[in-house]
Amino acid sequence: MTRRNTQEIVQAGLRRRHRKEAIFRTFGVLATAVGITFLGVFFVSLVGQGASAFRQTFIELDIEYSEEVLAPGGELDLEFADYDALVRNALWREFPDVTDRRERRELSRLVSAAAGFQLRNALIHDPGLLGTRGRVAVPASATVDMLAKGKVDRGLDTAQRPVTDRQFQWVDALAERGRLRINFNAALFANGDSREPELAGIKGALMGSFYMLIVTISISFPLGVAAAIYLEEFAPKSRWADLIEVNINNLAAVPSIVFGLLGLAVFINWLGMPRSAPLVGGLVLALLTLPVIIIASRAAITAVPPSIREAALGIGASRMQVVFHHVVPLALPGMLTGAIIGMSRALGETAPLLMIGMVAFIVDVPGGFSDPATALPVQIFLWADSPERAFAERTSAAIIVLLGFLLLMNLAAIILRKKLGRQW
Amino acid sequence: MQPTTLVLVLIALSLTAWYCGRARALAVAGGHSRSVRLHSLPGYYGYYAAIWCLLPALALMLLWVTFEPRIVAALVIKGLPEAQRSLSPGELDLLFNTIRNLAAGDTLADHPDAVTNDAVAALREYSSTSRRLLVTFSLALAVTGGVLAWRRIAPDFRARNRVETVILGLLLAASTIAIVTTIGIVLSVFFESIRFFREIPVTEFLFGLNWSPQTAIRADQVASTGSFGTVPLFAGTLLITSIAMLVAVPVGLMTAIFLAEYSSERVRSIAKPLLEILAGIPTVVYGFFAALTMAPAIRHLGESIGLEVASESALAAGVVMGIMIIPLVSSLSDDAINAVPRAMRDGALGLGSTRSETMLHVILPAALPGIIGGVLLAVSRAIGETMIVVMAAGLAANLTANPLEAVTTVTVQIVTLLVGDQEFDSAKTLAAFALGLALFIATLALNIVGLHVVRKYREQYD
Repeated sequence: MTRRNTQEIVQAGLRRRHRKEAIFRTFGVLATAVGITFLGVFFVSLVGQGASAFRQTFIELDIEYSEEVLAPGGELDLEFADYDALVRNALWREFPDVTDRRERRELSRLVSAAAGFQLRNALIHDPGLLGTRGRVAVPASATVDMLAKGKVDRGLDTAQRPVTDRQFQWVDALAERGRLRINFNAALFANGDSREPELAGIKGALMGSFYMLIVTISISFPLGVAAAIYLEEFAPKSRWADLIEVNINNLAAVPSIVFGLLGLAVFINWLGMPRSAPLVGGLVLALLTLPVIIIASRAAITAVPPSIREAALGIGASRMQVVFHHVVPLALPGMLTGAIIGMSRALGETAPLLMIGMVAFIVDVPGGFSDPATALPVQIFLWADSPERAFAERTSAAIIVLLGFLLLMNLAAIILRKKLGRQW
Repeated sequence: MQPTTLVLVLIALSLTAWYCGRARALAVAGGHSRSVRLHSLPGYYGYYAAIWCLLPALALMLLWVTFEPRIVAALVIKGLPEAQRSLSPGELDLLFNTIRNLAAGDTLADHPDAVTNDAVAALREYSSTSRRLLVTFSLALAVTGGVLAWRRIAPDFRARNRVETVILGLLLAASTIAIVTTIGIVLSVFFESIRFFREIPVTEFLFGLNWSPQTAIRADQVASTGSFGTVPLFAGTLLITSIAMLVAVPVGLMTAIFLAEYSSERVRSIAKPLLEILAGIPTVVYGFFAALTMAPAIRHLGESIGLEVASESALAAGVVMGIMIIPLVSSLSDDAINAVPRAMRDGALGLGSTRSETMLHVILPAALPGIIGGVLLAVSRAIGETMIVVMAAGLAANLTANPLEAVTTVTVQIVTLLVGDQEFDSAKTLAAFALGLALFIATLALNIVGLHVVRKYREQYD
């Protein structure tokens, strides 16, 4: 009687309990799916927006390098001649029925401001072109670029879109005549920043990030490894070692913007270092990545089995010799992995760089550690703020480049760990 | 000689010292026949000489480079006529900047007067003298150090012990860098904050309900005198942080539970690295996504059900921040769950409870302190997060609890106050440091408690 009763009670509850179990499990699946779905949405939207920025629209024009147009006054100076006039004339020849001044100005806006420079460089490079006529592909303006890539909604009101009806017709006509060409966007990797989206590139930002990472790694790696060696191999178990330990763990969790405040107050205001310089950015990022490197290096040192130390000590090596001849070489792959992970964190860091003035609009590609520069993530931040449609595309492209670099670094870390890492 | 060249020369000198030291050690040992026993390996004698050649000279150089600009500036200003020296500190700074730019060969500055010209000449003079002195002194120091060390080399000289002591000292110095950084952060934020609190009372800063840091530059301007009540900022920070936690804690925790208890090895080996990618994406990228994809999406969604949503709503920033924090919460929860001894789990399962019951009634209560510690660390991360909120949250300090409105946060205000050119002494700039101090204290407290709980808990079952 009683036994049966118990069984009945259990049976009665079992279905409810199993339903609860299924619900709980579903929640788990859903939670995991949320993160992975986001990742998918994120990459799809990023690539969808950014992939087109790696290609750019060019307009092929019949350029006549005529001396009268270049130098209406008579004396031809190749450096300062009116190259924009060559481009204008070519466009006007292409559309002879456009005669109104305002319309002609509108027409000449189809071509990027860089077209004149391109012709200038070509002519200075080869003065023999003078007087000849040839077909040249010049970059189109950003609006035409967007139009050609199908990123402008033609159904919109004229007032709500950046392209006038006439420009639509012209672009269509050019496309019909086979004059529009979409090529690889070399400007994106060859230029610094620019106010014109079709000229803006990430080379300046890439070089800035490069110089910064050189400063960062050359400071934080030796210091981090030295600190890890001391803490693991030499530090006596004392309050002092505990204090350092607590400090390192806390520093790893201090918001990065606070490091920026430190850099502003100490490096710029107190030590008088230049603003916007990769040197200062690198120093701040070195302090920021130091805890990461110390923690990784300590883990790598701890992983070296004590038997190796004991064997070396046993045949008469000093403690310093044990460390530098045996422990460090064996722990080096782990330390390098930590360093790469620290560098990939430094490469993506933005907030502290804003504090030390690396947000300026800088056109020139930096050539050294104290030139004003910006960094890749900061460039993304700056472009993301720009209202032009064409900059949104470029922002996504810059993000793709940044993520590509991060991926490469992490792959390098993984390969390093696999190839050189040793299981004891 | 440029500082870099000087360093290279010093390094070359120390290499020479290493070679000479080693050679002398071999010589006193009787050449390659080694008729006399050396105390250390010959290389150590070389290192000994090299260290004495390089380190003192480098230390001198470092000190010199740190203090030289100040001393030169003081000397130049001392040389100025009385009229200029009695200028206010700000104007004096400006004048000295002009002088420095002129001395650096900046021809764009407007035509200098005679006094400035004299000062420029004086500055150039002092700088070149100082450069010459530095080169002379450091080279002399390097050579003297090297030679003295070289002369001490003898068969029974304990070179290895000396070298190792120096290296140990260097390692010790490197390990204090963490403490130096912390002290540097505290001091740099602290002193500027004190200057700020001299102008604005602490009570207004902490309890004022109005934040509008725009101060009038001229006395006759209409602009407000600036009010620095931070309550709206902290409220905004808390609002966004809570939204982020509402996303991150359930999702992160359930993910950890699913991956630890339910999923097959194959699913785990795919899902875990994928989720860890989330942690590696730079925050500026999340910010871009929040501002350009998430915010418009939420706005459309809100409008389609008849809700008014600000274009820079707290919700968009908070949700994206939450997604960013998921991997942190899930990996810390995973640690905590895995630290619960196998026996407790097996016991509960053996008594007939389902896996969810085991989880909810046995493992989670046991792992709770660890999970809470992890959540505290995640909160600290969310409070200090900058780029997402700078790009996706608003600038106006609204005191509201409605997640559909725009709010601003402490980090957003620090960035807005410090980006761009301002004079460094205004209350507006100093306010950023006061906010930084508040941020540092808040995150430090959360970190210390969180780390303590996490670690203490981990040890409990070890």
